[in-house]
Amino acid sequence: MDEREYAAIRKLLGESPAFIQGDVACAYGAVLAGCRFFAGYPITPATETSESMASLMPRVGGTYIQMEDEIASIAAVIGASWAGQKAMTTTSGPGFSLMQENIGYACMTETPCVIVDVQRSGPSTGQPTEPAQGDMMQSRWGSHGDYELIALVPHSVQECLDLVIEAFNLAERFRVPVIVLTDAEVGHMREKTVIPEFKDLHLVERERPTVPRESYVPFGGGAAAVPPMGFFGLGYRTYVTGLTHTEKGLPATSSAAEHTKLVSRLCEKIRQASDALVKVEERYLDGAEYAVVSYGVTSRVALNAVRLLRRRKKKVGYLRLIGLWPFPEARLAQLGKQVKGLLVPEMNLGQIVHPVREAVAGKCRVAQLPKIGGAIHTPAEIAEAVDKLMTGSRR
Amino acid sequence: MRTEIQLAGFGGQGIVLSGLILGEAAILDGLNAVQTQSYGPESRGGAARSDVIISNMGIDYPKVVSPNVLVTLSQPAYDKYHSLISEKGLLIVDADLVESEASALRVPFSKLADELGRRIVANVIMLGTLAKVSECVSRESLERAVLRNIPKGTEELNLKALAAGFGSS
Repeated sequence: MDEREYAAIRKLLGESPAFIQGDVACAYGAVLAGCRFFAGYPITPATETSESMASLMPRVGGTYIQMEDEIASIAAVIGASWAGQKAMTTTSGPGFSLMQENIGYACMTETPCVIVDVQRSGPSTGQPTEPAQGDMMQSRWGSHGDYELIALVPHSVQECLDLVIEAFNLAERFRVPVIVLTDAEVGHMREKTVIPEFKDLHLVERERPTVPRESYVPFGGGAAAVPPMGFFGLGYRTYVTGLTHTEKGLPATSSAAEHTKLVSRLCEKIRQASDALVKVEERYLDGAEYAVVSYGVTSRVALNAVRLLRRRKKKVGYLRLIGLWPFPEARLAQLGKQVKGLLVPEMNLGQIVHPVREAVAGKCRVAQLPKIGGAIHTPAEIAEAVDKLMTGSRR
Repeated sequence: MRTEIQLAGFGGQGIVLSGLILGEAAILDGLNAVQTQSYGPESRGGAARSDVIISNMGIDYPKVVSPNVLVTLSQPAYDKYHSLISEKGLLIVDADLVESEASALRVPFSKLADELGRRIVANVIMLGTLAKVSECVSRESLERAVLRNIPKGTEELNLKALAAGFGSS
């Protein structure tokens, strides 16, 4: 994106700071990141992103398509990405479930794309207008087989904008689907949002092959390689299949060696970059004996509760997961050795508490504080649960 | 300082839009604001609520705990929320739609809107009254925020409604 294109986009987005919804901020982030293709099927509470993209895409030379369902939406996004565009779709719980097979296809075919999931209560159609964090595990394990992808969890409207830009950058860099997990609360919340200036906008573009056509190997490279992408139109010959394929992209469905090599590389390209991908916010952790580990809108409540406890001279810290997958296992393991107990409040009946427990491996107590039904936690609820954890540990 | 404002009523009364306008006015005043909303799947008639937090500092917890200002435009909303209001909190109700305790500021927003010719601007009248009594946002910013969020051609009607709100208490 050059300065002129940026100026045109800024004109479309209006004044900064804006007072916009998280859903709209996701659309702003996408346009600023260079997204020029959006396919989606409207669903509460994600509809406002579709609506914004429907208005923005045609005015920046992009394409907006309302598809017949979410399976088609993610399929169109994958196709657009292979045609060289940065592409995104948005959905919520039931639609996210429908997308799972093709998310696996995007992992297998190493297709950069961004999926925003504005979480609502489930299972099934559940509570369409109510927030939840029920897709945290689905975002990691929803498709079948072995794969790795990246997921980010914004907790404010500003972060919706910033992390969608980041999501595009990561998708392009690693050739993976990147999932942005918001929820009905953050998606519908309006907040002061600063639109980044041109000089602050750092965009990553996928690496293109530079070799002669006849020596191009579309899925090659070392054990953790991200191969340059010879997308359609560049003149390179590439066969794209969800079947286990050779470096050349040809099906090799009965070869244990080819399958192991391919799937290991797909996982290793993310795993080996895990340290660089860790994105956490830490506060009040110096000398903390207990800590609250949270993410998304819940982390705003957690911070309020931690401040409340600090005022009462309790040694309680705060760790927020911004990057969820790959999971910041090493940091949590370290924290587990420092503190006596961790509290994990979530708007589900217990999802991220599990990788937290796995990471701390019994070094400290891990308590969960689930809440479902639509209301977010209150600071008092979290403070009380920390108190209980502290008393319980002393016994 | 953190000011918590809660607006509640039926879907269709412009509760969510009012919260948006109020928050935007606060941003124009150079303050921080967070507006959240809750509503049912219906677009008309269900319960609607909008929370606005205004602060000169960062806002972490985005919800109203105990409103400094509570506006209820329906009886169910009043019944559900009026007990949560903070001490010295300001309670504003629509005089014709809500039976309330005597201490509430009772303004016939819907009737005043009818007199202006359109029931739909009752929420803008309410915003005028709210801003005047609570002083949470400036009149100038509120006017700008209203004008930014209404359909073209309704500017005069909405400005009249806002003025009626400022004049009603």
